[in-house]
Amino acid sequence: MSEVFHRRYPTYDVLDKWDSPSWNGQTRTVVKQRLEQVPPRRFLTETEWEILAAICDRLIPQPDRGDRPVPIVPFIDEKLHENQGDGYRYDGLPAMREAWRQGIHAIEEEARARWSGGFRELPHNQQDAVLRAIQHGDIRSPAWEGLPAGRFFSSLLLHAVVSVYYAHPAAWNEIGFGGPASPRGYVRLGFDRRDPWEAEERHEQ
Amino acid sequence: MNNSPRAANGRAPDVFRPGGWIPMRCHDDEDEVDFAIVGTGAGGGTLACKLAEAGFSVVAFDAGPFWRPLEDFASDEYHQQKLYWLGERITGGDDPVQLGSNNSGRSVGGSTVHFQMVSLRFGPDRFKARSRLGYAVDWPIEPEEMWHYYDLTEDALKIAGPVSYPWGPPRRRYPYRQHELNAAGLVLARGCEALGIKWAATPIATLSAPRGKSPPCVYRGFCKFGCSTNAKQSALITWIPWAIKAGAEIRDLAMVGRIEVGRDGKVTALHYHRQGEWRRQRAKNIVVAGYAIETPRLLLNSACPQFPDGLANSSGMVGKFFMVQSNHAVYGTFDEEIRWYKAPPSLAITEHWNYTQTGKDFPGGYAYMSQGPLPIEWADTVTGQRGLWGIELRHEMAKYNHQAGLKIVGEVLPQEKNRVELTDETDDLGLPIPRIVFAYGEEDRKLYQHAVRFMSAALEAAGGKDLWSAEDTAHLGGTCRMGTDPANSVTNADGRCWDIANLWICDGSLFPTVAGVNPSLTIQALAWRIADRIRDLARRGEL
Repeated sequence: MSEVFHRRYPTYDVLDKWDSPSWNGQTRTVVKQRLEQVPPRRFLTETEWEILAAICDRLIPQPDRGDRPVPIVPFIDEKLHENQGDGYRYDGLPAMREAWRQGIHAIEEEARARWSGGFRELPHNQQDAVLRAIQHGDIRSPAWEGLPAGRFFSSLLLHAVVSVYYAHPAAWNEIGFGGPASPRGYVRLGFDRRDPWEAEERHEQ
Repeated sequence: MNNSPRAANGRAPDVFRPGGWIPMRCHDDEDEVDFAIVGTGAGGGTLACKLAEAGFSVVAFDAGPFWRPLEDFASDEYHQQKLYWLGERITGGDDPVQLGSNNSGRSVGGSTVHFQMVSLRFGPDRFKARSRLGYAVDWPIEPEEMWHYYDLTEDALKIAGPVSYPWGPPRRRYPYRQHELNAAGLVLARGCEALGIKWAATPIATLSAPRGKSPPCVYRGFCKFGCSTNAKQSALITWIPWAIKAGAEIRDLAMVGRIEVGRDGKVTALHYHRQGEWRRQRAKNIVVAGYAIETPRLLLNSACPQFPDGLANSSGMVGKFFMVQSNHAVYGTFDEEIRWYKAPPSLAITEHWNYTQTGKDFPGGYAYMSQGPLPIEWADTVTGQRGLWGIELRHEMAKYNHQAGLKIVGEVLPQEKNRVELTDETDDLGLPIPRIVFAYGEEDRKLYQHAVRFMSAALEAAGGKDLWSAEDTAHLGGTCRMGTDPANSVTNADGRCWDIANLWICDGSLFPTVAGVNPSLTIQALAWRIADRIRDLARRGEL
């Protein structure tokens, strides 16, 4: 199975605006930290980290970025290390840290229950089949006991993964998002109107 | 900065100057202040200002920090999660409500620091839903009186809106001119015109022209993540500095955990946690303004031998009749570039279904508005609603600049079984955390199904393709409803608790019904009215 991602905004890099009136000091500080100080592993075990990395590679495949993918696992580990949740948890779900530990373990066990090996050893199509089954609550492993699989997948796992990925300037570039915009903001607001400092879309022939 | 209060020792942050300060009158814990207020958002912030202006001594507490937007707010969705109430809560029931970023703030200024600024009035009849429209309950206040306070509040906040608003009884023009529409708003307009209903520029609490130290909006689009322009007329840059100027004290990073009751059954003091220790502030009156979860939580957590079921709870209604608003949406893809990240997210609106009674099969009302989610929020919607992930998700997300959507603020009817209650779990301060139990009723489902059908037709008529719908909720209400009968309400029309004469409530938890409009303007108008009532009662010696 080949996975290809074509960029719609090939000439756009939101970081080109770094020194422009679209970026202010506090935004530069926050984004610089995200780009340059990727958090170290502090909460997950080495094995949990590796399994989660394999999961993230399927939830957000980055075939276009070679060996420089947007880091996702480090920021999830940071959130777990700081024990900073989203302000709520669903009735029947364990506390956030326990849910993640159990969830990662259960995904590994679900892979073993369905195929010949752990999640990391499976080919992409089998990894995807495992994740899709979990997403729909179709589970076989007893490792899910006390953790609703579908709820874990959507409200914790996938939610956290996309929150980290779409916080990265590389993700802003690929969707053509204007990115930071203070103090300058925008002027042209109507249909098909674009300020010179916004992404230019490539129009297919 | 998260651990050291800024408002202390005779000064408070100047929200208009990086690193700046303004003088602030401060009280000792032992001073018996006239009013101690818990919460500084739309309810508490407005009330603190108006009570201070009336000459009362006031201390208002907030669990969150006191920001200076110009130096503290980054243009970044991820970082700005610091504005939300992220303490642990359990959400349950048949239709569990997403909390956190969806409906609560933890800052001086409360949720108004990250609200979308939509500033609507309840239609007059909605205050009398039972007697005029035959559903739910009436508010214990006359519509004319609330509309008077809407006039005052809109003027105080310089709401930008149309010269002539198409719905409701005749009213004067909005104080500031309406904003230019973005493409996302023009999509709404197209749809309404195609289906033959009215639309308007949304009345909105961000400036369309300069005002004092606030410049007009620059259409940066990060409204839900804090306004670093200071154009947004949040409580943080309006009521709070006005309150301080009038002599009120604000205490930031001060979490109130318990209200103390004296032998005479009146409240005497607040216990609050600040800078690592529990402290006790004496007060002649206490006002709880923590919104529809923290307000009942504090009353229930303050149970004592005299009031074993919690304060002000002889009716058993504290925590009951919890409401949200349905927030269902329809999205589609357009040939044109929309670029919906620009400008405030909801610049165009129709209130058609708040003001017509024909063509609908449900009693409540709804408004719907144009949308402008930023990337993380949009990814969360796409994954949460459609379950997309993998390369398919990245491709879908790449259509971002061609998306537009319509989203309702829909009336959810009050049901006693929807509630806020305490659990056995405690937070870092040892305070029991709340569980929120919610399920839609039959009428609520009819409303949002109607809305999804109608908006789908409108979006398609506007040129949208590949339509899909999403469910969500927004805002909170109820849990300490006001009323006319102590047997089935917590306070009277003045927010004064039936059971304890010097305990008051002033926030959205008072709402008997939520109508189909965003609540912030109504909370502020109600707070202004409560302040005037308190001033009048004091003059008559009835406090």
